[in-house]
Amino acid sequence: MALLQIAEPGESAAPHEHRLAVGIDLGTTNSLVATVRSGMSVVLNDVQGRPLLPSVVTYAADGSVEVGYGAEAKQSIDPKNTIVSVKRFMGRGRHDIAHIETLPYDFLDAEGMVKLKTIAGIKSPVEVSAEILKTLRNRAEASLGGELTGAVITVPAYFDDAQRQATKDAARLAGLNVLRLLNEPTAAAIAYGLDNSAEGIYAVFDLGGGTFDISILRLSKGVFEVMATGGDSALGGDDFDHRIFCWIIEQSKLAPLSLQDARLLQMRAREAKEQLSQHGQVPITVKLGSGEYVDLTLTTEIFTDITRTLVQKTLVPTKKALRDAGLTVADVRGIVMVGGSTRMPQIQHAVAELFKQEPLNNLDPEKVVALGAAIQANLLAGNRAAGDDWLLLDVIPLSLGLETMGGLVEKVVPRNSTIPIARAQEFTTFKDGQTAMAIQVVQGERELVSDCRSLARFELRGIPPMVAGAARIRVTFQVDADGLLSVTAREQTSGREARVEVKPSYGLSDDEIAGMLKDSFSHASDDAFRRALKEAQVEAQRLIEATQSALHEDASLLSTLERAHIDGAIAKLQAVIMGDDRRAIDEAMRDLSAATNEFAARRMNQSVKRALAGRKIDQLSL
Amino acid sequence: MTTFDLNFAADHFTLFGLPRAQSLDLESLENCFRAVQAQVHPDKHAHATDADRRLAMQWATRVNEAFQTLKSPGKRARYLLNLLGHDPQIESNTAMPMEFLMSQMELREAVMEARAAANEEALDAVRVRLLNEIKVEYQHLAELMDVAKDFTAAANLVRQLMFQEKLLNEIDDALEAVTA
Repeated sequence: MALLQIAEPGESAAPHEHRLAVGIDLGTTNSLVATVRSGMSVVLNDVQGRPLLPSVVTYAADGSVEVGYGAEAKQSIDPKNTIVSVKRFMGRGRHDIAHIETLPYDFLDAEGMVKLKTIAGIKSPVEVSAEILKTLRNRAEASLGGELTGAVITVPAYFDDAQRQATKDAARLAGLNVLRLLNEPTAAAIAYGLDNSAEGIYAVFDLGGGTFDISILRLSKGVFEVMATGGDSALGGDDFDHRIFCWIIEQSKLAPLSLQDARLLQMRAREAKEQLSQHGQVPITVKLGSGEYVDLTLTTEIFTDITRTLVQKTLVPTKKALRDAGLTVADVRGIVMVGGSTRMPQIQHAVAELFKQEPLNNLDPEKVVALGAAIQANLLAGNRAAGDDWLLLDVIPLSLGLETMGGLVEKVVPRNSTIPIARAQEFTTFKDGQTAMAIQVVQGERELVSDCRSLARFELRGIPPMVAGAARIRVTFQVDADGLLSVTAREQTSGREARVEVKPSYGLSDDEIAGMLKDSFSHASDDAFRRALKEAQVEAQRLIEATQSALHEDASLLSTLERAHIDGAIAKLQAVIMGDDRRAIDEAMRDLSAATNEFAARRMNQSVKRALAGRKIDQLSL
Repeated sequence: MTTFDLNFAADHFTLFGLPRAQSLDLESLENCFRAVQAQVHPDKHAHATDADRRLAMQWATRVNEAFQTLKSPGKRARYLLNLLGHDPQIESNTAMPMEFLMSQMELREAVMEARAAANEEALDAVRVRLLNEIKVEYQHLAELMDVAKDFTAAANLVRQLMFQEKLLNEIDDALEAVTA
């Protein structure tokens, strides 16, 4: 059958130009970076050939920073300035963090996201994570021999808006262009699904160092559709270590530990856990700084016994996700195991028992997320080969709502809605002449505001004074493809757009990010200027290329006059692009964007029509 | 301001080129949804211009909304009734037949008992029973709307189904509480 060839939107005009794109798994315990090379997704090793980067950052008095194995070695020597498992603090307040009293860090007593006092100054978890991302970015650029076009960063599916925003901020701080925040189980499903040409319902069971996710996906004809997701963003291998740690203290009747001894025991606990995946029992012998000795034997039976409740905590969200998807275990074709913690035998047994089938372990559970992220990054960057196409449909893990009278939550966007999604809700004033209104946005499943996570407080001002109940304020929630929320509000009766003030409760404000960026460039302000100019030039070039490629494909959608207008805007941008006036470049870019708005809309409409027309031909020929 | 042609502003059925009917071929809907989403999804425009990316998000949002509405038989029925000019009076009309209310009360009591006794199996059994009832009623609803064109009876049934689906949510909550 001869069909017209239609260029995919977003397909590169110059297909041989390969853009450097990576997938990054920013893990609680370890992080990885991967890329697609000659059609194969591969993890990029460090110069010593090691694939993993321990997610550990240590700060020194001279302001120098060490990340990875070097930092890991320092954790029992300098526990206060060596930050491990920082992912647990992302977008989190003090009261959210489990066992905070056992952590060796100096937490700053402040509102919002926790901050750490280190010898090199006060650090936000965002900055600590940015150090890990910078290390991976440098590794990738050295290995690939060029600047990265963009990166896909994975996050636990169960991360809420504050945690996602914090991750995106960290990437921005590390100088990465984020193509997409991708849910970890979804990334794993891509790697697994494409590798095995899988079709049907699959569960991805992802137990990492500090987070647990369960996603139920339907894989069909190149579409990865997440049907439901669930999890616990504060449950992982760390908790299993902690149970062993507590068991050691209890069994050995140890006196209160110094920070160094505590860290040492935690490391031994983790080693014992890892060895138990291969052996039936392991000896734990430690000489502590206090002079005390630990000499114990941990058996699989004891380990299973002391971690029973933790295993149970993974099964509850798993059953819930199945219910949310409207499925039973009999519908599930396979269970893909992801995350180093799924190596624990009691996890394997529990999953097999629940699903009444052996889980799939044929991919390296520590690498599969990064490999999947790299495949998606390659696609998003536009390095598509023919036939190399699939679609990801992901969901929002937790409901979004607003506070109403009496501290109750009005759900606006229900959990497991396919993203992107928008929902609007109308509000009114309850006092005569009321001109302002405070709106609290929350995320979670509970009915009371106090049981949910507060994401932001919005203040709507400039409502025209009216009698109580007369104003109509429409608040719109938009969740984008990264799972990130933005909110707009409009007063309907007057048609006036009310001013919206966003105060992220657990995020960083743009000013804070700008401040951090400035700090990191303060010793080289020329550098910062040149970098900003270069970024603008690259962006402008990208805009010109994308516009020209669109004109090449769909010139017929424009009148001669419209075409001339766009050509003129391109010429103006080309005239300033190589100069050093950044403002002129920005302005010309804005003009070109404005000139192509209507064109873009027509192109999109046309592609929708073509998609449906093609569909009808398919159905007829069946 | 960007203007859209009919496609963007069209009703959900027209958007996917489907007939305005309660009975619907799910596979056909899914195929249309995927075909359109494959064109407009933000992933397909990740490195395009800002205008393209904004449009892609708006379109993908629009297509998701249409798909979610049409996919669920309850949402589809409410949407279609409104589209055909028959307000199903979800908020204002709470009258239900006595027989229906009695059977629902009975089910609700069974749920409460099972919840109190932490009986997961009993809850599952009620859930399956209710799911089957709902399935049969949706078939009936499609006949009322598409064949008999009795929209008053259809609206009554839609309200009953919403009642039953609410009970289904309560069972899910109970299951969550019991298995936690």
